[in-house]
Amino acid sequence: MLKINKIHKSYPIGDSSLHVLKGIDLSVEAGEMVAIMGSSGSGKSTLLNIIGMLDEADEGDYILDNVPIKNLTEKKAAIYRNKFLGFIFQSFNLINYKNALDNVALPLYYQGLKRKERIEKGLYHLEKVGLKNWAHHLPNELSGGQKQRVAIARALAANPKLLLADEPTGALDTKTSHEIMDFIQSLNDEGKTILMVTHEEDIAQMCKRIVRLKDGVIIEDVFVEQVRASQYV
Amino acid sequence: MNKTRSLLSGFTVAFAILLFTILFGLGNGLLNTFDTAFVDDAANSIFINSGQTSKASNGLQAGRQIQFENKDQEWIEEEFGDKVQYITSRIYLNVTATFRNEKSSYSVRAVNPDHQYLENTKVNYGRYINESDIKNKTKVVVIGRLVEEDLFLKTTAIGKYINLNGIQYKVVGVFSDDGGDREERLIYMPVTTAQQIYGNNQHIDQINLTYNPDLNFDAAISFSNMLTRKLKDRFLVSQNDQRAIRVRNLANDSKAIGQMTLGINIMILVIGFGTLIAGVVGISNMMIFIVKERTKEIGIRKALGASPKSIVSIILLESVLITVIAGFVGLVIGMGVVELAAPSLETYFIKEAGVETSIIIGATIVLIIAGAIAGYLPAKKASRIKPIVALRDD
Repeated sequence: MLKINKIHKSYPIGDSSLHVLKGIDLSVEAGEMVAIMGSSGSGKSTLLNIIGMLDEADEGDYILDNVPIKNLTEKKAAIYRNKFLGFIFQSFNLINYKNALDNVALPLYYQGLKRKERIEKGLYHLEKVGLKNWAHHLPNELSGGQKQRVAIARALAANPKLLLADEPTGALDTKTSHEIMDFIQSLNDEGKTILMVTHEEDIAQMCKRIVRLKDGVIIEDVFVEQVRASQYV
Repeated sequence: MNKTRSLLSGFTVAFAILLFTILFGLGNGLLNTFDTAFVDDAANSIFINSGQTSKASNGLQAGRQIQFENKDQEWIEEEFGDKVQYITSRIYLNVTATFRNEKSSYSVRAVNPDHQYLENTKVNYGRYINESDIKNKTKVVVIGRLVEEDLFLKTTAIGKYINLNGIQYKVVGVFSDDGGDREERLIYMPVTTAQQIYGNNQHIDQINLTYNPDLNFDAAISFSNMLTRKLKDRFLVSQNDQRAIRVRNLANDSKAIGQMTLGINIMILVIGFGTLIAGVVGISNMMIFIVKERTKEIGIRKALGASPKSIVSIILLESVLITVIAGFVGLVIGMGVVELAAPSLETYFIKEAGVETSIIIGATIVLIIAGAIAGYLPAKKASRIKPIVALRDD
């Protein structure tokens, strides 16, 4: 599904440069649920951004679903992001003047779907996250957990191969975090491949595999016994 | 916040269009005034007058009176036949006209039939002077609309006899003229009749002609120059003598008016565009702020698969929308102002001030283009936003 090979990335800081990723090798199979852990500055977010095609590596290869991701034009990157990836952010990143349904339907708009189809699919995914009745509410009328569920529905709308979550529970309380994790686990049960950045140990334990980063290198990569979030809900 | 800014920037554009509309309306009015001032005579008219020689020439002293006669008009027709469209003589007379108990003084012009076309005279009823009148020196007159009103009161003048300085003339036609009241208080009679009755000679006061309308401006000017030169030779007048024979070509005047029209139009365009550019800069400035404000949203859209093109179109659309709405507000207000002010402006030589539909269509196109220009750079900037920067949590 996903294969990265000797990825390097540096950021210029003043006159010198900061070497953030120092040769990362990682391969993820379809259906996995991987937590990327590390303290801040370990390079975990940079790695996720490169996997999400929001950033490009200085060196190394990245192959996603047998497609080499290299030298992308803006246009091509946009098409790949739309086709391959679903993003879930810590701060939800909903567009606040669009209602829940329009937010969910946005990736479908960029796929060139007709309005009727967009509404149909958008409602289907909203129903899946249990917010069908909130379809016409604006984000600021929703609670944090509801917002994240709308964001997840949006990430699912385009039916991506890979879900990328950047601290998906970072802005939520424990109870809501467990609800969201429960939902993400159920998506994984259905076969979605999920990659998640987190610094919370208990959230990481709810994945099937934990990759630990420190100073730009992988220091540990282990498969774990998944803790089901449903027991806390 | 956002709305206030849109409103303020939109105001600049609205003001630009308002100014342009008002200026354009007034300019139009001014041009209408010029147009009506010159409709009296055909635009391709040439007037030939004679006077006293101011320079000695060909052994003749200065101060000699030059007098045109019928044969001079015939000579012009023979010499320049292909270049002349209409030609007429004119003799000016002042008469006291009476009909029954009504009495008044009028100017008489004794003319040839072609005069009707030279002066843009409209015959309301009856007929104009014709060739048979000229040949037979008939005692007929064509009177102005106001002469009929003055003398014949409510009755029709056609077929009745009017007394001019003691001689009876039959009224054969009544005319109107766009040249104003003065022109409609004239009386026309055959030139030959006037020559027989008031002098028994062949004298002519003035020769008027129109040149072939196929001649372009330069050809028209060279024709009148040639005519002047040959007339001066014919009357043994020095070529440098500016007073003995005077030829006035309206082509010169209409060129001057054309240039003035062009000047006024250019001025209006410069002012209008200048203000519009100020408005475009204002909107462009605002769009940069809007892009900044929407950076995060643009980042989200890009992460969801928005192509740079679709980001450009979002910003361009907003810019064009603001510009067009603001512009239309300006246009409507401007047209209202012109419409309201138009009647009271007639006193200031501004006639029927107004804005045509073609200008509204033109303005719409210009506004769309202006909005697109205003939005282009900010839109380009927006499309270059990196989603990773936009999505960074602050």
